Amino acid sequence: MKKYIKSAFLILVLLFLYLPIFILAVYSFTDATNIGAIRGFSLHNYVTLFTTPELLGMIGGTLLLAVGAAILATLLGTLGAIGAFYSKKGMSQAISTMNQVPVVNADVVTGFSLCILLVVVFGVSKDTFVPLVVGHVVLCAPFVYLSVMPKIRQMDPSIYEAALDLGATPFVALTQVVIPQILPGIISGFALAITLSLDDYFVATYTKPATFDTISTYVVNATKGAQTTIKTALWALSTVIFLIVLILVAVMNLKANKKVSERADV
Amino acid sequence: MRKLSFSRKSLGIPYALFLLVFVIAPLLVLFYYAFTDGQGQFTIANLTGFFTNPNTMGTLCYSFALAIVTTAVCLLLAYPIAYILAFSNMKSKSVILMLFVMPMWINFSLRITALKEVLTVLEGNLAMHPFLNAVIGMTYDFLPFMILPIYTTISKLDKALREAAMDLGASELETFLKITLPLSVPGIISGVSMVFLPAMTNYVVLDMLYNSTYIMGSLIGSYFAAYNWHGGSMIALILLGIICLFTLLTNGSEEENTRGGALL
Repeated sequence: MKKYIKSAFLILVLLFLYLPIFILAVYSFTDATNIGAIRGFSLHNYVTLFTTPELLGMIGGTLLLAVGAAILATLLGTLGAIGAFYSKKGMSQAISTMNQVPVVNADVVTGFSLCILLVVVFGVSKDTFVPLVVGHVVLCAPFVYLSVMPKIRQMDPSIYEAALDLGATPFVALTQVVIPQILPGIISGFALAITLSLDDYFVATYTKPATFDTISTYVVNATKGAQTTIKTALWALSTVIFLIVLILVAVMNLKANKKVSERADV
Repeated sequence: MRKLSFSRKSLGIPYALFLLVFVIAPLLVLFYYAFTDGQGQFTIANLTGFFTNPNTMGTLCYSFALAIVTTAVCLLLAYPIAYILAFSNMKSKSVILMLFVMPMWINFSLRITALKEVLTVLEGNLAMHPFLNAVIGMTYDFLPFMILPIYTTISKLDKALREAAMDLGASELETFLKITLPLSVPGIISGVSMVFLPAMTNYVVLDMLYNSTYIMGSLIGSYFAAYNWHGGSMIALILLGIICLFTLLTNGSEEENTRGGALL
């Protein structure tokens, strides 16, 4: 009996989380412009989504920004973590503390303060995309740092020394020995950076060029407007993104399970 | 050898400079703008203006109320979920946990759009229940961020402690109240800090659900739209103060708790 109550509770909350997305997914395959009577199957939302240049440009721009910012953030954050780990305590503490600021800070404040510094004080034009990219790197790099740092701590310090003793240059030792050791942290940091950039609204709003939109800023503006073709095309976008995330999660889970069973075999 | 250690250390320099220029400098500029007027003269008018204007004070109170209610609702939902999952021996446990966490990776504006469509059908006019909708929207948005840290903390708890309590005659409720709950406080704290601050500042959720009441974030948005950098900076600074206070409070209690855990 108790077990049923527990399961029922879990199912109810899952329904709360997923029912809206499912309902929207169902309606994205119809002609309906509102949730209500279903009027018959149609793919026109998907056609609109994949043929409207404005929508395609917005999606492409968002992805490009996410990948670019994530690469920069991963480079800076990883090198920062390695550097901080081997620095003197004071320096390492200083980097860690500064790193924590964007993590605990509200995104509104991060975006607004960057806008003031770059745009108002230094007069950098938002149209150069510099404020936007910098903003997203500020948003993402600290999380790369945080996911790389534990891997560096876990690493056996003598491996690096051994590589040097065996004649590797510091650069070779770093790229061939240290980086592979901490690679899982770098990869999860990169993935985190991508998702943070994709999900961001606030930093983008305060730093983006007026003519450029990310998915978030576009959707928020579109919900204020009255264009129903765009509105329902976004239902299709939501469904596509949901499916992509679902597939990625399933693949990751399968891989993790395979690893576990492989280990169990050994 | 000295040359070698120098090269490793110096790898951190670009990131340290990056943080100085793009994280610390913006905060200093924020200070400058918050305490000056349009002519660059020092003024505390922005500060006193905020605390004497009934509108902005109302916004502060509304933000706090919304953040407290949202955090409480998230906690009340997330704790049992994390607890059930952590102690269940279901085979599909990791998949179910994944289902609770997965919404984090779907763009929040699209998820809120979906929620809005459903709420519109249920309520008719969204403007009728602005506060309720804001709480529902934010819970919908932030719940995974509360579940994950609590689950992590509970699942790491030493099972022997609970078993010992039970063996020594504690009831299930007593074991929960005296062992599990106190030891899961660090998870609760990090969950609360993941939800509370966004709930004070994420004004887009309100906007999208047609709640026109301002929260602290909306004030920055409106000053930004009006090119009022000085007013906006002051709001950002006040938010920063709240964040600092919050971080200090939660860090303090976290330390106390790990100390308590060590004593056990």
